Amino acid sequence: MRQHDETMLLQTPFHSRIAKACELNQWDDWKGYTTPHVYTEVEQEYFAIRNSTGVFDLTPMMKYRITGPDAEAYLNKLLTRDIRKIGVGRVAYAVWCDDAGQVMDDGTVFHLGENDYRLCAYNRVMDWMMWSAMGFDVTIEDETADVAALAVQGPTSCSVLKAMGFEGIENLKAFGIRTYAFDGVILMVSRTGFTGDLGYELWIDPDKAELLWDRLFDAGKNFGIRAIGGAALELARIEAGFLQAGIDFVAAEHAVRMGRSRSPFELGLEWLVSFDKPIFNGRRALLEEKKNGSRYRFVYLDVEGNKPAEHSFIMKGSKVIGTVTSAAWCPTAKSNLAFAQVESKYGNVGEVLVAEIYYQRELQWTRVLASCTVIEKVIFNPPRRRQTPAADF
Amino acid sequence: MLRFLALTPADQVTIDKIECNRVTKKYDAIVIGGGHNGLTNAAYLAKAGLEVLVLEKNPYIGGATVSRELHEGWKYSNCSYVCSLLRPEITRDLELPRHGLQVIPYGGSVTFCQNGDYFGDYPDHGRQYREIARHSVRDADAYERYSADVMKQTRLIRPFLMRTPPDPTSLKLRDLKEMRVLAKAFAELGEEGLADTLKFWTMSIGDYLDGYFETDVLKAHLAGSGIIGTALGVYSPGTAYVLLHHYMGDVDGTVGAWGFARGGMGAIADALAAALQSYGGEIKRDAEVGQIIVKDGVTRGVALTNGDELYADIVVSNLDPKRTFLKIMDAKDLPEDIIHKAKNFKIRGSSGKLNIALDGLPTFNGIPKNSPLLRCDMHILDSLERMEKAYDDWKAETWSKDPYVDMLIPTQVDPTMAPPGKHMMTVFVQYAPPKINGGEWTDDDRDAFGNNVIEQIAKYSPDFKDLILHCEVRTPREIEDEVGLTEGNIFMGELTFDQLLFNRPFPGYAQYRGPVPGMYMCGSGTHPGGGVMAAPGANAAREILLDLKRPNTVPAGYPDD
Repeated sequence: MRQHDETMLLQTPFHSRIAKACELNQWDDWKGYTTPHVYTEVEQEYFAIRNSTGVFDLTPMMKYRITGPDAEAYLNKLLTRDIRKIGVGRVAYAVWCDDAGQVMDDGTVFHLGENDYRLCAYNRVMDWMMWSAMGFDVTIEDETADVAALAVQGPTSCSVLKAMGFEGIENLKAFGIRTYAFDGVILMVSRTGFTGDLGYELWIDPDKAELLWDRLFDAGKNFGIRAIGGAALELARIEAGFLQAGIDFVAAEHAVRMGRSRSPFELGLEWLVSFDKPIFNGRRALLEEKKNGSRYRFVYLDVEGNKPAEHSFIMKGSKVIGTVTSAAWCPTAKSNLAFAQVESKYGNVGEVLVAEIYYQRELQWTRVLASCTVIEKVIFNPPRRRQTPAADF
Repeated sequence: MLRFLALTPADQVTIDKIECNRVTKKYDAIVIGGGHNGLTNAAYLAKAGLEVLVLEKNPYIGGATVSRELHEGWKYSNCSYVCSLLRPEITRDLELPRHGLQVIPYGGSVTFCQNGDYFGDYPDHGRQYREIARHSVRDADAYERYSADVMKQTRLIRPFLMRTPPDPTSLKLRDLKEMRVLAKAFAELGEEGLADTLKFWTMSIGDYLDGYFETDVLKAHLAGSGIIGTALGVYSPGTAYVLLHHYMGDVDGTVGAWGFARGGMGAIADALAAALQSYGGEIKRDAEVGQIIVKDGVTRGVALTNGDELYADIVVSNLDPKRTFLKIMDAKDLPEDIIHKAKNFKIRGSSGKLNIALDGLPTFNGIPKNSPLLRCDMHILDSLERMEKAYDDWKAETWSKDPYVDMLIPTQVDPTMAPPGKHMMTVFVQYAPPKINGGEWTDDDRDAFGNNVIEQIAKYSPDFKDLILHCEVRTPREIEDEVGLTEGNIFMGELTFDQLLFNRPFPGYAQYRGPVPGMYMCGSGTHPGGGVMAAPGANAAREILLDLKRPNTVPAGYPDD
């Protein structure tokens, strides 16, 4: 019998600790794992990320290890950005496309050593990675279950890690990696995250997961440490302006209907596409698109009023020109932010559009036509996010 | 010579300004007082393109919205200490987050009982229900009715916070229109709702709560919001509204929620000041105004207590109505009625404050160490009777011997105000009279008042006294002397129906305009009152810009839903 035969949902190596802390018993299913939706209160968990330290179990994140003499060359073909520029000990955000130049997923690539990489992804992409690996001398391993991972995010996160005895952690630059000895194993710390704040991700052998959790929370007791669920993280990532696969775009492989997938250009990710490289998946199609123009444009909208424009139609005059994919009232930026995909001729920075917002109060629906302005960047962008040495709070 | 020929009109302006500075620069508007309303007002005027100067008598800005380090490594929110009423429209419009403001909500409250028990008002609804039910099942059910009734009343008031009250005696189109808005809002409540509104605005909080609950400690727990900052007892008519005033704010849309300003309440003033400066406004500290200069019946500027004169055709007072009209204006410049009204304005001091640096987190009888109840408002006084007796002491012109306190340890949430593992405690105390037995407060009185509060807390926290490293004690005397609030009244005038809406501060003067052309009011003594809302400052700016026929820069309130 394997674990999946005994239970509908798998548990992460932190589950014993999470279950104890999850007062509301509200759970999500993330790639077949039981993960907490809310522990105690979404708002307080969100503010732990923005005011002190929030801890999020990201073990179910798909993790692929890519090694072998051609690892770098292989990834450079798989990903649209130039992987040769990512030095050892560095992490980079990346997307990968199918041959039609449509985004299959986004994720982070960790350069662990020479020709040794870890690719973290939202979707399961082994099949595509294997197809793409033809002709390359590489080994690709799904190590999702072999690495336990915690995101430790927020303004006091560096103080917490210092209190754990991680010397010099404050000097780790954004997107950098360091390793520390932890109870006989190696603990990897990267200054990465999905919150747009100062923060780190901790990667360790699952056997040490519970010990890591305990030591972390012990070290953090004077720094407002708090376990956070998926709901709080979702709010933080919207405020930070980060895309979520499955919400802000459909993976090219999963799209059934014509025209539902998106290219990197259509997601505002042009900066991740490096045409300097002679070969990468989707290159030809993307060059075509660059020449002929895109169908859609991804925009951030500053929406008037305080009603989140969730799932709203975006209109120019009376014409529907797009839809909202993510929206939230952002509690730190105090902005009413929406991500929208609009027809490409609309959406220049400064353009005023209209969001058709529906909201329900005491069983009655109300419709609001809220004016919204296309903004270049999201409002939330604190200096502490990149500041090195990292601040204490 | 060539340079002279190359002068552009812009250069000319600069030179004119330099010339002006040498003589005396004339501003478009001078705001007296760098409290949060003065800064808000100035920010909106500056945003409209006016040259604005804020004058603050202290070496630091903020008024009662201030954070100071009085013990090394600890920051206090010396006066106001929590934030809910600050209008979100203003926060967003003035980009206060970009200027460093972050408000972190906290939830819940607890009242300690004399018998060792407690009543915990948990932020989680299910837990709150069970806790009330532990004391009375009937009260737990009644709480649902109570919450809905209170919410109805906050929904009535909230839309008026960012509006100028109409003058009910005026026949001006704008006043008539505003009266209609007001009438419509009342009409929507229906007959029963209207009756409730009248009750809410006139009843005592004690009587009001008696209509819902049977448990003493629950009533005492809720009644605290009805007396805070108010020289009235729980059975004095009008205190029900004061409770409403504490419920009508919101944090990120959660009506009634309260939060901490990260870094202390001074962060609000600092962010407002940064916004003001981003629009080109100026702030002058250590600049106490002695007199508003009026010539030929029009406002001309101000004279500082050091003798300097500064000129502007618009002068806005962020000071309370008594201080404005009785101290920094000459009686001969004022119509007689306003002097009477100012003299009769109710602004009685009733509160004190302790700010305490703690060596660690104190424990409280019966409360588990990690309870969320330690991270929220903690109250002492478990019956309305004890609360009324506390008020009896105030009437006898002494501080309450068995005082009501609203205390918090914000450092459990805010990591910026004390070293890690150490804590700061803010203790709001009701009651403290403006005078002691007819005389001024002395230092000995202050210390005795402070010790009495510390002893009171120590009855419920065995290790509290041993953890005290430093304590700032503020009586109405300190609040008046340092902040400038007459009698130390935290709301700049009592929040009773006779002094609300078109009666605030006085009938006929509720639209932020003073009795002399060019003179305005923007403090909490005007509609909609105190509590760090910033609405008076913004509303006053809108009126000033209207008079100047300038485009309005003040945002409209969010529609409620």
